[in-house]
Amino acid sequence: MRRGPLAAFLRHPGAVFGLLVLVLVVAAALLAPVLYPTSPWRMVQRPFVPPFTLDRVPLGTDALGRDIAAGLMHGAGVSLLVGLVSTLAALLIGVPIGALAGYFGGRIDDLLMRFTELFQTIPSFALAIVLVAILQPALSSLILAIALVSWPPVTRLVRGEVLSLRSREYVQAAVVTGQTTFTILRREILPNTLSPIVVLASLMVATAILLESSLSFLGLGDPNRMSWGFMVGAGRTVIRQAWWITAFPGLVILVTVLALNLIGEGLNDALNPRLSREGR
Amino acid sequence: MSAPVVSVRGLRLALPPGADRPLAVDGVSFDLTAGEILCLVGESGSGKSMCAHALMGLLPRAVKPSGGEIRMEGTDLLAQDEAGWRDTRGRRIAMIFQEPMTALNPLMRIGDQMAEMFEAHGLLTPAERRARAVALAGEVGLPEPERIVRAYPHQLSGGQRQRAMIAMALALEPAVLVADEPTTALDVTTQAQILALVRDLQRRRNMAVLFITHDFGVVAEIADRVLVLRHGRVVEAGPAAAVLGRPQESYTRTLLAAVPSMDPPVRTPPAGPKAVEVAGLTKTYVTGGGWWRPARRVEAARGVAFALHKGETLGLVGESGSGKSSIAKLVMRLVEPDAGTVRLGDTDLTRLSGEPLRRARRRIQMVFQDPFASLNPRRTVGRIIADGPRAHGVPEAEARERARRLLGLVGLDPSAFDRYPHEFSGGQRQRVGIARALALEPEILVADEAVSALDVSVQAQVLALLEDLKARLGLSMLFITHDLRVAAQICDRIAVMRRGEIVELKTASALFAHPEHPYTRALLDAVPGRTRSAA
Amino acid sequence: MALFLARRLGKGILVLLAIVVLNFFLIRLAPGDPALVMAGEAGAGDELYVAQLREKFGLDQPLPLQLGLYLRSILSLDLGYSVRQQMPVGRLILDRLPATLLLTGTAFLISLTLGVALGALAARRAGRLADTAITALALLFYATPLFWVSLMAIIVFSVRLDWLPAFGFETVGGGYTGLARAADIARHLVLPSLTLGLFFMAVYVRMTRASMLEVAGLDFVKTARAKGLREGTVQRRHVLRNALLPVVTLAGLQAGTLVGGAILTETVFAWPGIGRLMYEALLQRDYNLLLGVFVVSSAMVLLFNLVTDVIYRVVDPRIEAAS
Repeated sequence: MRRGPLAAFLRHPGAVFGLLVLVLVVAAALLAPVLYPTSPWRMVQRPFVPPFTLDRVPLGTDALGRDIAAGLMHGAGVSLLVGLVSTLAALLIGVPIGALAGYFGGRIDDLLMRFTELFQTIPSFALAIVLVAILQPALSSLILAIALVSWPPVTRLVRGEVLSLRSREYVQAAVVTGQTTFTILRREILPNTLSPIVVLASLMVATAILLESSLSFLGLGDPNRMSWGFMVGAGRTVIRQAWWITAFPGLVILVTVLALNLIGEGLNDALNPRLSREGR
Repeated sequence: MSAPVVSVRGLRLALPPGADRPLAVDGVSFDLTAGEILCLVGESGSGKSMCAHALMGLLPRAVKPSGGEIRMEGTDLLAQDEAGWRDTRGRRIAMIFQEPMTALNPLMRIGDQMAEMFEAHGLLTPAERRARAVALAGEVGLPEPERIVRAYPHQLSGGQRQRAMIAMALALEPAVLVADEPTTALDVTTQAQILALVRDLQRRRNMAVLFITHDFGVVAEIADRVLVLRHGRVVEAGPAAAVLGRPQESYTRTLLAAVPSMDPPVRTPPAGPKAVEVAGLTKTYVTGGGWWRPARRVEAARGVAFALHKGETLGLVGESGSGKSSIAKLVMRLVEPDAGTVRLGDTDLTRLSGEPLRRARRRIQMVFQDPFASLNPRRTVGRIIADGPRAHGVPEAEARERARRLLGLVGLDPSAFDRYPHEFSGGQRQRVGIARALALEPEILVADEAVSALDVSVQAQVLALLEDLKARLGLSMLFITHDLRVAAQICDRIAVMRRGEIVELKTASALFAHPEHPYTRALLDAVPGRTRSAA
Repeated sequence: MALFLARRLGKGILVLLAIVVLNFFLIRLAPGDPALVMAGEAGAGDELYVAQLREKFGLDQPLPLQLGLYLRSILSLDLGYSVRQQMPVGRLILDRLPATLLLTGTAFLISLTLGVALGALAARRAGRLADTAITALALLFYATPLFWVSLMAIIVFSVRLDWLPAFGFETVGGGYTGLARAADIARHLVLPSLTLGLFFMAVYVRMTRASMLEVAGLDFVKTARAKGLREGTVQRRHVLRNALLPVVTLAGLQAGTLVGGAILTETVFAWPGIGRLMYEALLQRDYNLLLGVFVVSSAMVLLFNLVTDVIYRVVDPRIEAAS
């Protein structure tokens, strides 16, 4: 009757598709320096080569004769890196704040949650733009900006979970049997908040990739790194002549983000079986 | 006797594949007759609630009727289409549910929800519906009917909501009323009022009532006829007096024997040294208050004082909101008191904090209410029991050894050590909880509604276990319960609580024989099925 | 209700103050002299203006005093001067605000109505074809980059099919007045508002569906069925109404994202709103203008949150008791 979470995850066709796409994107990021050892910024052909016409540039070239396929491969690394690192950073900010607010409650909770609410009210994309603009566009400022605007949902989730777990009888039992606060947090509370955090994190990576591409699209990307958002932005002005310059990178962003969302849903079904799909 | 209004014959309800048994209900037959209350009794999982839902055509999607018939006025209800069911529901058969708190739409006014009954069947004009709603509210004894129909559910008490549900069910004067555990979620005094109301309305309107319950006290109070269910099958059926007075089947006899009696056995309360002494305990909960908004204050304890003698069981009884559970938390130092002291021998628990408090906790342990929420789902039973001793410096090997021994002591197989809580039943989990509390070799045990979530037969076993362990290990026990029958059986002395105060405290036998405080009397009178046990 | 409004307004003003303080520190986070940062790269040459700024904000004074001066100027609704555009920042933003309000308002209404309708439909047909299709579509839109779908819409509907105008607020030199002008603006509004609304529609579809399925399992829905109500009435009156509460909450939370999305949409469609203004400020490194837009858009979000709070209060009678 009871199957492991892995089996439950693999029974989810969307999640399996998502996992396959993610493996492809990771492979692209790893193979980019091997398949396209030269800089993706280099002109390799005449400008505006349409896709599927030249074997050497299968997806065509952009307005400056850069190889679109090479750009996509090199961009994969940037997207994954920014998505992953900024999510980790957001978790590092969000989990402790949420855990403290939820466990101690009272004034500490009040103070921390008002701080969180403040950040949640500020239009996050606008704040990210201002931050990157002021810190100067670079990979590190992108990651910092995205992390700074994405932690509030983590805090709210962790706080809610900890708050409800704290009043759970088995946590009270641990207090009563004389276990230390640290042991209780580590042994009784945090393990039981893990699965919703994992699910949220996978969705956050998706959102972070969207944010990164949007910032790069506006010209706020790292000027030394090729990224998908930048490629869409670069093709914007010549969209009437060359649709492929914007179409391919955008499609790649879409598929990657979709894959991460599907993985998130699969994880949710596998890790929180009671909460999801009750309609079925 | 008149012809039955509804005849259920050989009803079979199939569970989805993979359930613990193929049929939720297997060949159940009964008649509902005008002017008669039929009680369907059984423990959890007996299929009693499924029978009620089958009568309304409101079975969960996964459960399908697979045989038998429900005959009403010459037709088989199971054979009718959705339109037929819609016409049956409310007009011919009406139903009230267990949880009055959640059974009403929170966003709709009470009167509108009553009027909906007429609207559903295309009866009356909107103005007439409103007038009828007011009249119905009056009939079921809701105060200020004109005003209350304009109220929202959250503005009503639990008992008032159940009255509103009953008013709704009666609106179209149905021939049959199905009541699915309608008083289980209510306090004992409210329960008595609702039972009286159902009884009264049923007589006045000559309705047939199908009353689902797990509580034999309620059965004795209200039933004309009784049908005992177990695992979806009928065990015994007959007139109430016969089934309760001269049960034929051993299962019925076991169930009846498990119902604690209202007559406390003779006990001599130990008058030894005081194990716990509580004085002036006060706690006020302040909720909601923000920067601008006024706070709500609930006084959970107001100068509560009592002593628990060595080897004694002291009961703390009261209705919900009386503060009895808060006392348990205050005594355990799970909640900080505003004032007052809790002394264990010569240690004042309220003055300790940090490491000394942590070490002192060993002496007083707790058994919790909910057998499902009180065990961490991610830790094995063995670890759950051994964690406490480990936290107090007992070496790992010894802690494990102690856990295994305790599993045996509470009547579980030592192989339970490496299994997870979800593999156990509610009663077994409660045994694990008891073992966890005993692992620290405490002097005092605080049991907060420790048997309330259990079926009556399991409840009797766990009570016997607690009593036995208490005697063998020389424990003192603070026993918190809402159930006066349970309190009568296990407690030496009983304290009755209301609104954060102890209104009466005396030996169990004295309390039941000569209650002094009016509230104690009201509480005792409200216990269902009193007459039978007194007889 | 008045007390509630006053309370919420007070809280909003506090949050806004906090944002202004954040702004103050952001300026000082930028590399270089804050006066030069505020003046923008273009203003760097304008010695007189820089000196003026220095004096006005007391940049040679200690930090707390500087903060006080900054707060005073913001509270007197003075957002500074954009040297690039040769205009006060407040004026620039005020000129552009109506276009943004029109765009975000339209997108919000479209996404909410469509999202709730489709989400409710999916929930009612849970597990069937319509549900699968709607859920898949929502998942797709949820993952689509806003700026990209805007560009693709331009390629398809403006360039290939030539149905709708791709850029601007109205036809330049069209000389339309009255209704004709409104119709012209409406035609320009179609693509930006639809593309901006797509993502949010997906959000509301998912939320409505999940919420309806959850409410459908609650006890009072069974009570409604036990009355003999038609399934449609049960769904509409009991399930949907209760399921909308979390959607309203979510709509409030999404306000910030909506304003953020408008920056991208306005940039792509050359829509003359404050989002486009922010992009222009970004290109020119006009920090004073950038921060001004940031403060104003935050204020917009706060106002929107206030509105959703009021709506929630009207819809849910239980709030009254809680406060």
